[in-house]
Amino acid sequence: MPTLEGYLVVSALLFGIGAFGFMARRNAILMLISIELMFNAVNLSLVAFNAFVPNDSNTGAVFGLMIMAVAAAEVTVGLALVIAIIRTRQTAEVDQYSDLRE
Amino acid sequence: MLAVGVVGAGVAVVTMRNIIHSAVAMMVCFGSLAGMYALLGAPIVAAAQVLIYLGAISVLILFAIMLTQAGDATIPAPYHRQMPVAIVVALGITGLVLWAVIQTDWAAAAEVAGATVDAIATALFTVYALPFEIISLLLLVAIIGAIYLARRPEEDERAG
Repeated sequence: MPTLEGYLVVSALLFGIGAFGFMARRNAILMLISIELMFNAVNLSLVAFNAFVPNDSNTGAVFGLMIMAVAAAEVTVGLALVIAIIRTRQTAEVDQYSDLRE
Repeated sequence: MLAVGVVGAGVAVVTMRNIIHSAVAMMVCFGSLAGMYALLGAPIVAAAQVLIYLGAISVLILFAIMLTQAGDATIPAPYHRQMPVAIVVALGITGLVLWAVIQTDWAAAAEVAGATVDAIATALFTVYALPFEIISLLLLVAIIGAIYLARRPEEDERAG
């Protein structure tokens, strides 16, 4: 039987991987994917808490569903932005987006 | 098993050179997470995970990759120059959370009470009715915003 600690450890590791990917990768789309990984890590911890902590109204699972909806909205707008930027700059590398510095 | 799938695929996502391989690893990661939700007694969350993440978001990301990467999607130098800092910060965050998890006494939390579809539906439309409505508004705004942002400029000129 998996324990609550087990789920929380997986969640923490996945969040760390997502944070690393967001900070270290240079591709804009991959940064968005990393944000999705962090969303999922938090979602996992919420659903795990919902399953292990007694509560009346299933707060964790309901908020897990809501985070999924918000993540869907976020990735839609984020990808639209990235595609618009790539169309004007012809590159997905975030290093190249340095107009404000020059 | 599923934990290995989640973490292993997650590592693959951020280390793969080819961005399409990263997206496929992301799908494996999300699929394993759906399995974990099912194990946690929340079948509706698992179903939503499969529908939204595996179905919608993965396809959206693959489409975006195919629209933006001409031909070969392998990147010669995938990492930003701040990668060493990123490693330190990510390890710091993970370590802090792991320390908190291990330090806390979880003895009170030991039972799996399933979040059935019935219970979640009741909670969603009674206690959480207002957030539910706000989410629907947010999704509408996101749809309009995405259409506006992804529109090609020349279509704009033709319309005006």
